[in-house]
Amino acid sequence: MDYQVDEKGYYGEFGGAWIPEMMYSNIEELRKRYLEIIYSSKFQEEFTSLLKNYVGRPSPLYFAKRLSAHYGTDIYLKREDLNHTGSHKLNNTIGQILLAEKLGKTRIIAETGAGQHGVATATVCALKGIKCVVYMGALDVGRQAPNVKKMKMLGAEVVPVYSGNKTLKDATNEAMRDWINNPVDTHYIIGSVVGPHPYPDMVARFQAIISEEIKWQLDEQTGNELPTRILACVGGGSNAAGAFYHFLEDREVELIGVEAAGKGIDTNETAATLTVGSPGVLHASKTMLMQNADGQITEPYSISAGLDYPGIGPMHAHLFKTGRAKYLYATDKEVLTAALLITQKEGIIPALESAHALAALEKAEFAKDDVTVVNLSGRGDKDMETYLNYFGY
Amino acid sequence: MNNRINQLFAAKKENILSVYFTAGYPKLNDTGSIIYELEKSGADLVEVGIPFSDPTADGPVIQQSSHKALENGMTLNLLFEQLAGIREKVSIPLILMGYFNPVYQFGVKEFCEKCNETGIDGAILPDLPLDEYLENYQPFFEKNNLHNILLITPQTSDSRIRQVDAASTGFIYMVSSSSTTGKNQKVEDFHQDYFERVNKLNLKNPRLIGFGISDKATFNNACKYASGAIIGTAFIKSFNKKEPVTESIPKFIKSIIG
Ligand SMILES: Cc1ncc(COP(=O)(O)O)c(C=O)c1O
Repeated sequence: MDYQVDEKGYYGEFGGAWIPEMMYSNIEELRKRYLEIIYSSKFQEEFTSLLKNYVGRPSPLYFAKRLSAHYGTDIYLKREDLNHTGSHKLNNTIGQILLAEKLGKTRIIAETGAGQHGVATATVCALKGIKCVVYMGALDVGRQAPNVKKMKMLGAEVVPVYSGNKTLKDATNEAMRDWINNPVDTHYIIGSVVGPHPYPDMVARFQAIISEEIKWQLDEQTGNELPTRILACVGGGSNAAGAFYHFLEDREVELIGVEAAGKGIDTNETAATLTVGSPGVLHASKTMLMQNADGQITEPYSISAGLDYPGIGPMHAHLFKTGRAKYLYATDKEVLTAALLITQKEGIIPALESAHALAALEKAEFAKDDVTVVNLSGRGDKDMETYLNYFGY
Repeated sequence: MNNRINQLFAAKKENILSVYFTAGYPKLNDTGSIIYELEKSGADLVEVGIPFSDPTADGPVIQQSSHKALENGMTLNLLFEQLAGIREKVSIPLILMGYFNPVYQFGVKEFCEKCNETGIDGAILPDLPLDEYLENYQPFFEKNNLHNILLITPQTSDSRIRQVDAASTGFIYMVSSSSTTGKNQKVEDFHQDYFERVNKLNLKNPRLIGFGISDKATFNNACKYASGAIIGTAFIKSFNKKEPVTESIPKFIKSIIG
């Protein structure tokens, strides 16, 4: 259990709940009740049923034959892109909306980068008939326009945020401010394994379904539930947390997270937090951060709005520190190349975020009988404009 | 203990005026003169804000002043340099207020020592939670005669208020309503029941009420329920391009307590 959160909300030296007193009553209520609620039979029944009949789980584990031939090793894709709303994000929002209902909350807020978490939140709010407000950086509103339209059609209010770089960090700041101002009726559905305890643990538990399925699906297809390695992209780290979760104690399985290098880790346009960051406190969590010597957060950059974040979940900071997981990075350019390759080899257009995990295939050393699982966290519909502009179709 | 905060509360039981401003705003090197003018104009206590890139508990005005201050080049190191001679000119208690990360990068122990050396009497670090403070940092504060000022809100339970009281040594910062800074309160929205509930607890520490105190009416109303009140956003808004701080500050303070 070295990799699970402790009772104070820490993964080793990382995590905790560095909240101002204005958020205390909400966080304390969540902390006291989340496990009891999540593991009640009533919750589990509804959660499992929605995952199956609404999200469309289990998502396939697909043997990518032509991609495997290209790299000379066996590659399986965990198809989170086939979930309803097009990414892994719905696993978490389904869990949190059920939790919010049990807590008697009548208003939901969320932050979003790529808009996938915003859409997943707006979707479950429509499903339950609950009011929904989504904060989104003004830059992201522009570059992920299809998702903004979806959220609006789903009945959510989308609030563009103009502070900072107008991206995910700034949207998160604004969502936290909203929660401070609305402490009684509102639940904040955080979209990744970030924020104060118990969010990182709670979101990881909701996403853990990914690795639970990989285990039995791999066993079914290969006769061995353990792959050689698992690759997943890391923004805040929720799809990676879900893909790693049930393999954390299987030390022989290599866990690899892939961060966004943007224009390169030696430029100041990057979002590779673990590579260029240091420990600090942001968004109520002690974790690895991109910051200057004065403790001011530096603005990140990535072509992918979902990875454009200067922090990382405390669980990943701990896995990095202990060496249990390895973290690579991929540049915008490498990512676009990888996206085109899988599109034309497998007929799958990936989300820009997920293409970071695919780009790392170029950097891994394979033995011929290795089994590599790539978590394909989302589909590329929202990124078509970026792809079309770059490839000039 | 020879701390100016305790001396202030011993000498003055009501209508204490505490003023917050963001260091480095409007101009980088205004810090010393703003503090000096505030004392001269009748402020009892000054909270000097350490700007942070991501002020999640603040409304638009303090966000903007923090952003501008950082753009102007303010850092915690520079702030201590600016405050180095402050005790030759100013005798009212001074508090540094800011988010935890800049202090954490500076070193919490080093921060407390530097405060002591500079003549700073207290610190308000809203995102340093009570349990982290007690577990890891309290000795640094105590050793340096630096009060850690803790917050309570209308949502804080009686039992937690008692824990805050037990851990507090200067005063308790009573957040007027559940909000970020700068939400203008009307006198009639005051959480009178909350203030009365707190007053009935017989706490050992005095209280100041802050957040949303913007003018004479809200200041006077807050003073009915506590030893005094804190003004931040409204003071920051009072800076303007036309008047030097030597003129705008006395005018603003007079509008509150004149
Ligand atoms: C498809 C997809 N993958 C990954 C991410 C990054 O989030 P996380 O690191 O929490 O999985 C996002 C975020 O928007 C996303 O849309």
